[in-house]
Amino acid sequence: MRAPSVAEIAAGDVLLAVEGVSLAFGGVKAVSDVSFDIRKGEIRAIIGPNGAGKTSMLNVINGFYHPQAGRITFKGKTRRAMRPHAAAAGGIARTFQNVALFKSMTTLDNIMAGRSLKMHKSFFWQIFRHGPALSEEIEHRKTAEEIIDFLEIEHIRRIPVGKLPYGLQKRVELGRALAMEPDLLLLDEPMAGMNLEEKEDMSRYILSMNNYYGTTIALIEHDMGVVMDLSDRVVVLDYGRKIADGTPDEVKKNKAVIDAYLGVAH
Amino acid sequence: MLYREAGQFKTNYASDLAVFPILQDRMGIAAILLVAFVAVPYFGNDFLLQAIMIPFLIFSLATIGLNLLTGYTGLLSLGTGAFMGVGAYACYKLETLFPGVNIIVWIVTAGFASAAVGVLFGLPSLRIKGFYLAIATLAAQFFLQWCFVRIPWLFNYNTSGAIEVGTHTLFGIPITGPNATSTTRYLIALSIVVVMTWFASNLVHGRIGRMWMAVRDMDIAAELMGIRLLPTKLLAFAVSSFYCGVAGAMLVFLWYGGAEADVFSINQSFFILFMVIVGGLGSLLGSFLGAAFIFILPIFLRYVPPHVGMSIFPATVEHITFMITGGLIIFFLIVEPHGLARLWQTAKQKLRVWPFPY
Ligand SMILES: Nc1ncnc2c1ncn2[C@@H]1O[C@H](COP(=O)(O)OP(=O)(O)OP(=O)(O)O)[C@@H](O)[C@H]1O
Ligand SMILES: [Mg+2]
Repeated sequence: MRAPSVAEIAAGDVLLAVEGVSLAFGGVKAVSDVSFDIRKGEIRAIIGPNGAGKTSMLNVINGFYHPQAGRITFKGKTRRAMRPHAAAAGGIARTFQNVALFKSMTTLDNIMAGRSLKMHKSFFWQIFRHGPALSEEIEHRKTAEEIIDFLEIEHIRRIPVGKLPYGLQKRVELGRALAMEPDLLLLDEPMAGMNLEEKEDMSRYILSMNNYYGTTIALIEHDMGVVMDLSDRVVVLDYGRKIADGTPDEVKKNKAVIDAYLGVAH
Repeated sequence: MLYREAGQFKTNYASDLAVFPILQDRMGIAAILLVAFVAVPYFGNDFLLQAIMIPFLIFSLATIGLNLLTGYTGLLSLGTGAFMGVGAYACYKLETLFPGVNIIVWIVTAGFASAAVGVLFGLPSLRIKGFYLAIATLAAQFFLQWCFVRIPWLFNYNTSGAIEVGTHTLFGIPITGPNATSTTRYLIALSIVVVMTWFASNLVHGRIGRMWMAVRDMDIAAELMGIRLLPTKLLAFAVSSFYCGVAGAMLVFLWYGGAEADVFSINQSFFILFMVIVGGLGSLLGSFLGAAFIFILPIFLRYVPPHVGMSIFPATVEHITFMITGGLIIFFLIVEPHGLARLWQTAKQKLRVWPFPY
């Protein structure tokens, strides 16, 4: 497989669309009347200054927040709000801005936990850990090991993730999300706080996921270099509003975007 | 390098998935089981079995129960005593209503009554956490204890208000009541505890255990991964209460031989909670270590000093025990929240690399 070209993405199916979404916390308007779509197979960046509402937008997409207005269409089904379980079952996985791993569990267990939804053997078999429960465990362990190989984290397999350095934690968190074999992967600042080398590794993983597994990715990132390199299309938020939407080149030249980033008063 | 896995390579996932992948560990478990099933009943006297081993097993089981809820799922409960009581009273009612069925069946079945009650009082756990949940379970504790006293149907209208255990047999051998020897009761308790520990170990090492720990460590991430919080927490309440219920039934039927409501008081809840904390939150081995420590230490303090020629007033022993236990709990809370189980792991790690420091 290879990454779809810009033209293919422009013509591609819409995997997820948000229309007129607004979300407020008391008086704070985190997101105001935002619409955009994510097409199958693309890397869609969401950028904007601090507090622009990017994380809130992801939380709306995977059902953690319920917007006061707007609609969300995912895989052809339109809803007023997503529900976390339905989103996960439908194939939406995510990582978090400030790493939300299961700290006292090992790398392996974190990744295996990512496969909970795909494991179905009943409580009865679980208490014996034999027969179907054991073969299921082995089958999913194989997938977990593939992910571990892919992310090059074999050496930390058995270490409780709370003890790992930040960069590796981010990588394990990506692994846990990958374990869900998502159709849509939401990455909230996957490279924040990383050094150049770590950023390059992470970019490589994101690109390979997109290329080889065809995973659609929504990416929040502050590093403009990374955004311009990786993404097919970019949506720009500022103070909860969408101020631009287009290819990296278009967005880069957009007057409103330049103003927002230079902090010009509105 | 007294203890190590060198040369023991795993060539498939099945052997790597084993709960005890290291040969020495497996041999250790086999040795412990051999001692427990053969040596202890053969060499042990009535005192060892009745006053130490039987209660130790029962408290270990209750500690595993609470550990599944508090240690593995992160839900604090102060209702352990009451959930044990539900098991005891349920077993008593079942036994008197259907005397034809073997008592061991009822001891285990009583756990289901306890599980149902546990689920009911676990319902608030969706909305509340931490101390607030602890208070909700405290309400369960007081409400259930009130039931044990105020609903005479539960103790078959005995004027004493207590439940009394009659003689029951298995293959003609008395296993409960005054005629059952401590050896028989010990072996039955041991069998139940071994099987249920094996079940618990299987659960916590599989999908369900990972879901519990995920909810404990980061419930938001767990939820967004599709783990439903309420069913996961309720399952933890159910399994936990099941274990406590069976422990409660065993306490009355295999140890005390009868009981009143105040056996299942808040003190019992705290007693088990201390065992969980000292033994190690989220560790099955720790559950046994904690139960041994909290239960056997006072006995040790009571019986050993007179043997070595020291005379201490019983009241003083009581005080010393309280002080030591209290001090240890504070020690573990501050220094080693993973309890004795973690100390054991550290020691094992040291042995593995010995004589080198690391
Ligand atoms: N749970 C919440 N309760 C109250 N206000 C919130 C909550 N979550 C976000 N907000 C507010 O909503 C606005 C948007 O926040 P959000 O986290 O979505 O921004 P962001 O674009 O992700 O910023 P950053 O780049 O700093 O991560 C901010 O003003 C924030 O304070
Ligand atoms: Mg954010």
